[in-house]
Amino acid sequence: AASEKKLLEVKLGELPSWILMRDFTPSGIAGAFQRGYYRYYNKYVNVKKGSIAGLSMVLAAYVFLNYCRSYKELKHERLRKYH
Amino acid sequence: MNENLFTSFTTPVILGLPLVTLIVLFPSLLFPTSNRLVSNRFVTLQQWMLQLVSKQMMSIHNSKGQTWTLMLMSLILFIGSTNLLGLLPHSFTPTTQLSMNLGMAIPLWTGAVITGFRNKTKASLAHFLPQGTPTPLIPMLVIIETISLFIQPMALAVRLTANITAGHLLIHLIGGATLALMSISTTTALITFTILILLTILEFAVAMIQAYVFTLLVSLYLHDNT
Repeated sequence: AASEKKLLEVKLGELPSWILMRDFTPSGIAGAFQRGYYRYYNKYVNVKKGSIAGLSMVLAAYVFLNYCRSYKELKHERLRKYH
Repeated sequence: MNENLFTSFTTPVILGLPLVTLIVLFPSLLFPTSNRLVSNRFVTLQQWMLQLVSKQMMSIHNSKGQTWTLMLMSLILFIGSTNLLGLLPHSFTPTTQLSMNLGMAIPLWTGAVITGFRNKTKASLAHFLPQGTPTPLIPMLVIIETISLFIQPMALAVRLTANITAGHLLIHLIGGATLALMSISTTTALITFTILILLTILEFAVAMIQAYVFTLLVSLYLHDNT
């Protein structure tokens, strides 16, 4: 019953069993990345009048992820009296 | 301050895993391919740019040299995109690592030289002695030409590393100076900020120029040897 529903249609109580049903094999994970990529690509880039937003959202996410990666070193450079 | 300045050039590792692999592979996401004749704007723009660059760069080669087109075009795209992505805040630029640039320069240069030696042995050996040199100077000149030949891959790698690293360092330093000066004297901070803007424009240019120079030199070494 909970196996083939989309995430937004799964009830809260069924969530653990839904997560366990997902395909966590390498090809399953690769498929998830591929689906995600094409979802973004076909919505924002592969359109008739694509704008700069398609590219800049990707770059903004890249900047954000790099900020998260280097937060540990960056927090020492805040303007605080005691670090 | 000293430690902070160079920590942005360390290879990113998350929980001991090499995150740098993902960062090196990231530019490939920005170059989608399309099988259609008329694709979306993004792909069309990239195809136009690629055609422009490949025509300009590969027109000097004969048919043997033009087999290297794919290699050289991927090279200029990779170096250009990694350099430009490195100008975004907090990002890591793989081309600041000498190891990576040596890994690009040495195989390409070796390939060009070996192609020359295998296919046009006499002409390749003749490169060691420029035309019209007076006879007593010949031994010394051969030595000098050999040295200048072997320094080519080193120069290629070090040129790229030094340019990109120096640019990033300058941006860090001047940005830090602007921040520090803001509380002391706003006018000086504004001047420093203008310098920062100009420097960023320069860095955009340098990012693309360095890619071009690298590829152009490899292509020249190829031209000599095909």
